[in-house]
Amino acid sequence: MSTPPEVLELTRRGVGENTPRIDGGPKTQGRFAFGSDLWAEGMLWGHTLRSPHARARIRSIGIAEAVASPGVHAVLLADDVPGRRTYGLEFADQPVLAWDRVRYVGEPVAVVAAETPELARRAAARIEVDYEPLEAIVDMEAALATDTPRIHDHGNVLRHVRIIHGDPDAEAEIWVEGYWETGMQDQAPLGPEAGLAMPADDGGVDLYVSTQWLHVDRSQIALCLGLDDDRVRITLAGVGGAFGAREDVHMQIHACMLALHTGRPVKMSYGREESFLGHVHRHPARMWIRTGASYEGRLKVWRQRIVVDGGAYASSSSAVIGNASTFATGPYLVPNVLVEGTAVYTNNPPCGAMRGFGAVQACFAHEGQMDRLAAALQMDPVELRLRNVLELGDAMPTGQVLGGSAPTRRILERIAALPSIVEPATPPDPVLRPGGANNVTRGEGLRRGVGIAFGFKNIGFSEGFDDSSEARVRLELGPAGPVAEVHTAACEVGQGLNTIITQIARSELGIDDIVLHPVDTQVGSAGSTSASRQTYMTGGAVQMACRAAASRAFDRAAQRGVAIGDEPRLDDGWLVIDETPAVTLAELLDRPIEETAVFHHRPTTALDEHGHGEPHMQFAFGAERAVVEVDAELGLARVVHVDAVQDVGRALNPRSIEGQVEGGTAQGLGLALMEEIQVVDGSIRNASFTDYLIPTILDVPSVTSELIEEPDPESPYGVKGVGELPTLVSTPAIVAALRNATGHELNRAPVRPDDLVGLNGPVLGNPPPPAPDVPGPRAVPHYVAGEGAPS
Amino acid sequence: MDVLRPRSLDDALAIKAERPEALPVCGGTDVLVGINFDRLRPTALLDIARLQELAQVERDDGVVTVGAGVSYTRIMQELPRLTALAQASRTIGSPQIRNRGTVGGNLGTASPAGDALPVLAVYEADVLVADEAGRRAVPWHGFIVDVKRTTLQPTELIVGVRFRVPRGPGSFSKIGTRNAMVISIAGLCLQIDEDRRAVRIALGSVAPTIVRATDAERFAAERMERAGLWDDPSATLDDLDGFAELVGEVARPIDDVRGTAAYRRHACRVLARRSLAWALADRREAAR
Amino acid sequence: MIVRVNVNGTWREADVWGGASLLFLLREHLSLPGSKNACEQGECGSCSVWLEGQLVCSCLVLAAQADGLAVRTVEDLSDPQGALHPVQQAFVDAGAVQCGFCTPGLIVAVTDLLERDPVPNEATIREALSGNLCRCTGYAKILDGVRLAAATQERSR
Repeated sequence: MSTPPEVLELTRRGVGENTPRIDGGPKTQGRFAFGSDLWAEGMLWGHTLRSPHARARIRSIGIAEAVASPGVHAVLLADDVPGRRTYGLEFADQPVLAWDRVRYVGEPVAVVAAETPELARRAAARIEVDYEPLEAIVDMEAALATDTPRIHDHGNVLRHVRIIHGDPDAEAEIWVEGYWETGMQDQAPLGPEAGLAMPADDGGVDLYVSTQWLHVDRSQIALCLGLDDDRVRITLAGVGGAFGAREDVHMQIHACMLALHTGRPVKMSYGREESFLGHVHRHPARMWIRTGASYEGRLKVWRQRIVVDGGAYASSSSAVIGNASTFATGPYLVPNVLVEGTAVYTNNPPCGAMRGFGAVQACFAHEGQMDRLAAALQMDPVELRLRNVLELGDAMPTGQVLGGSAPTRRILERIAALPSIVEPATPPDPVLRPGGANNVTRGEGLRRGVGIAFGFKNIGFSEGFDDSSEARVRLELGPAGPVAEVHTAACEVGQGLNTIITQIARSELGIDDIVLHPVDTQVGSAGSTSASRQTYMTGGAVQMACRAAASRAFDRAAQRGVAIGDEPRLDDGWLVIDETPAVTLAELLDRPIEETAVFHHRPTTALDEHGHGEPHMQFAFGAERAVVEVDAELGLARVVHVDAVQDVGRALNPRSIEGQVEGGTAQGLGLALMEEIQVVDGSIRNASFTDYLIPTILDVPSVTSELIEEPDPESPYGVKGVGELPTLVSTPAIVAALRNATGHELNRAPVRPDDLVGLNGPVLGNPPPPAPDVPGPRAVPHYVAGEGAPS
Repeated sequence: MDVLRPRSLDDALAIKAERPEALPVCGGTDVLVGINFDRLRPTALLDIARLQELAQVERDDGVVTVGAGVSYTRIMQELPRLTALAQASRTIGSPQIRNRGTVGGNLGTASPAGDALPVLAVYEADVLVADEAGRRAVPWHGFIVDVKRTTLQPTELIVGVRFRVPRGPGSFSKIGTRNAMVISIAGLCLQIDEDRRAVRIALGSVAPTIVRATDAERFAAERMERAGLWDDPSATLDDLDGFAELVGEVARPIDDVRGTAAYRRHACRVLARRSLAWALADRREAAR
Repeated sequence: MIVRVNVNGTWREADVWGGASLLFLLREHLSLPGSKNACEQGECGSCSVWLEGQLVCSCLVLAAQADGLAVRTVEDLSDPQGALHPVQQAFVDAGAVQCGFCTPGLIVAVTDLLERDPVPNEATIREALSGNLCRCTGYAKILDGVRLAAATQERSR
């Protein structure tokens, strides 16, 4: 047995440290392989032909000329789909390739495989599709009218949610009305949709793809290819950002079909314009709110109508409206509530998951509404929130009682304690003023404004969904000592999950050498990289598997006569008993130890017909204060500084969390000031980075993050998910600051220069549409048989 | 798609005479976007990026000639005292774009949002074009005639721009909904010409072509005369608002995906007022 | 058509279609996928390379226009044994890398900036990097990375 050291070195680069990204080096060198970097010998390039019409019948499709084009190996249509012809996250309502009709501009109609991308494009241009254009339904409220044509057989409502709590007709001393709108935002990840499909000898296919959830991709792909799950093997390719855009299937089935048909590897990599057409977007929302309170500022009644535009297919819109509705009243205690939320179909591009997932829209509205109430009461906005903030043990409108940890009051107090903003002593460089280097001001018309916002978000999947995660850990003796291989199907999309997994394994196993097995479907599902859930869920699975492996090591020691006591642990390569190193881990690894664990979170329930239940498994809270500078005459703005205070439970890697706060804030800034997919008659008019503007380095503020650690007693290490909250609160904080600077109402995001100048008043909505008469509380297709039935 | 690579300007003009459909490409900041987005598929491209004859900046007795192939980065470095032109160059794209983009390209594309174009208008520049037979100089307003349409003949190439350097302060400003890398939704260039006792203002992105606000120009010059400002820079000008109104009237903007007409007109008025105020402040400063 | 380009010090040759960009040449013909294809319209800077020593978007240069010229890509910055260039190391140390898609373009742009201006102030840094889009980081730690790289390079002078 080895001689125990005098002093144990604490395990380095473990949980709680700012461990550098394990993939950072290769990424800086350009050596990290993204989906669009993949290459295989003999590979063909795939290309998609998409519908130019928002709504049309397809009379015929002629492919003879395309097939005869130079370098073409395949031209495939809907009839060539070997298995089920439709796919979808919740309902398989979306055609792999359209056959008799199209429902949105950009809907795939055919795919081509050719020797080069250019040859594939030229061949696709020769496909002749005879369309009969029909009148498209492009307004979400018009879609609700009874005489509007049906986009799907079961009508134009995907889901209606109704939440009723207390007495919505109760009295109040003061009432505030508000109409709020958010536009269609895009995830705009820099990495395009891309992947490589390789036909396998067993008649199956090996797919390498940039995605968010391998197993849900696989089940859809397998059904559409008519193959068993085990013949569709997926390995994660490097992901260049996701933010929800990769949750729905994009090129996967197309590439696999082409590969199986041609017998050659097929690569597909979308250009930027196609990327905009080829993934889902954030739901545009319209929200009508009527809030009643006492003169002391206690909320009494909250009545809200929400309509979100889900576009042509269901995607995850059912869950999004669930979220928008359950988060509608914000992190506040309201005794009497009525929320009616509807997700509709239109012939606009499909909407689905984007960071924040319905809670972004809700937060913009509830924070604007609270500021309006504060103004009516002549009360400080933070004070109003403190008087109504949810605390542990409070019931939310769904009846769910707030549990876990909830440092809500503390967050607001930290915001209130921020020092007042001070004008800088010397004027900043002109480039740092609104307008940047465009030379529009020498200081004229500049005013500063401050705004705050507070919000909360669910972590993990909701309404009864068991999004478990599996991890396999194999501990063995390598040439340099013990090494652990961790195998999960969890998708690293840039958030730093792989580094967290490595830190957890180091801390649990007390060794430094951790190797990550490629992320693939050879292990069970890790659930989606979304809902801010992976550190919690896959972190939890890795922790569980590591502890099981450690337990096996303890058993071996015991079998060899070591008295392991009550709380043995692994640290710095040793089995430590009562704080004394007893035996090296290496000595116990004459044979490898392998353990697999599946981690589940606490169960949640669906909402009933009153909107009651326990829909969410964890809540996280956050607030931001934004300082903006506005050129009031030109309506241009610059966000100067943001202070963020966020409830993180336990910071496993504080610097990575700051990265999420800073990045999420930038995306929220985009929604506040510049990002909107402009859809006219169903067609995206700005499908490029020239006209879909995302923030540049000259648009973003400095950000100070304060991470509040009040561990959640139920979660691994006490962690809470962190990725979405900053995106929720930054938009309303910035818009509140813009209101403060200009005095204008600003009830729509993104705010335009016209609005900041005051050329138009606030957006006037229509009267809220009545609740539709549809079955519920689940999504309508659950109650209807047929093509749209659950997948 | 053939790519033709002439070694000299004469070579290039000979090719253009033989293959007038060949599309010239220099910095590529417009042409390559069209090709990458599968919108442009010319039968031939004519690469003029390395022609030395187009890369010259010449100064001769107060007249500057900028070759069509001179990048915006070089303009900023070599002509820093042409304030309006240097400022316009600085607003274009990014460092990567400025290292490749050219005034020749701005002219060839002829978009009303081309940032160098209002500057050429206030400098009253001539566009120099050439074909095998010879050269001609086209006044700036005779070159671009409509959105993305010029009077350039198929056998011709743009070889440069030429203008007399105006004496006096000038500026260029542009509006975009982001603080960098943005296509102009309204652009304004103002130049004082001390020798001619004139004020010149040109607007971009608010009409099918670049427009000079001639009524406003006369108004400003007269007001400066009345106030004695031409001789005494420390005097004050009244009715900047009146000036701004006249500038705004010249704008004929449209609503499009980048901005509304109402806002664009409003922005022109604000920029006009500010630009004239800056020019007068700079004159005061220079006179001290 | 055949194009011959000096890439990272070595002459390379490929047969490309006329409309192919320098970016396409590097990625699909020369096995240098370090430069990225995020927008292919010069808006994002993820394809940034040096052409004859000048920082350009390789998606906006025809492969044919690079014929006979020298191109330097991100792959040239780390040494053959894999040791990181100081700018690369600074990015890793500062936490400036998340998904990494923008990273190679930024590494090239930052290296270019520090070669021309070794101690840039905040305004200079932001203006110099205004042609490089990042969707993940909010640029905060990228700015930290630039400052760290500048400080490191200053110390080693």
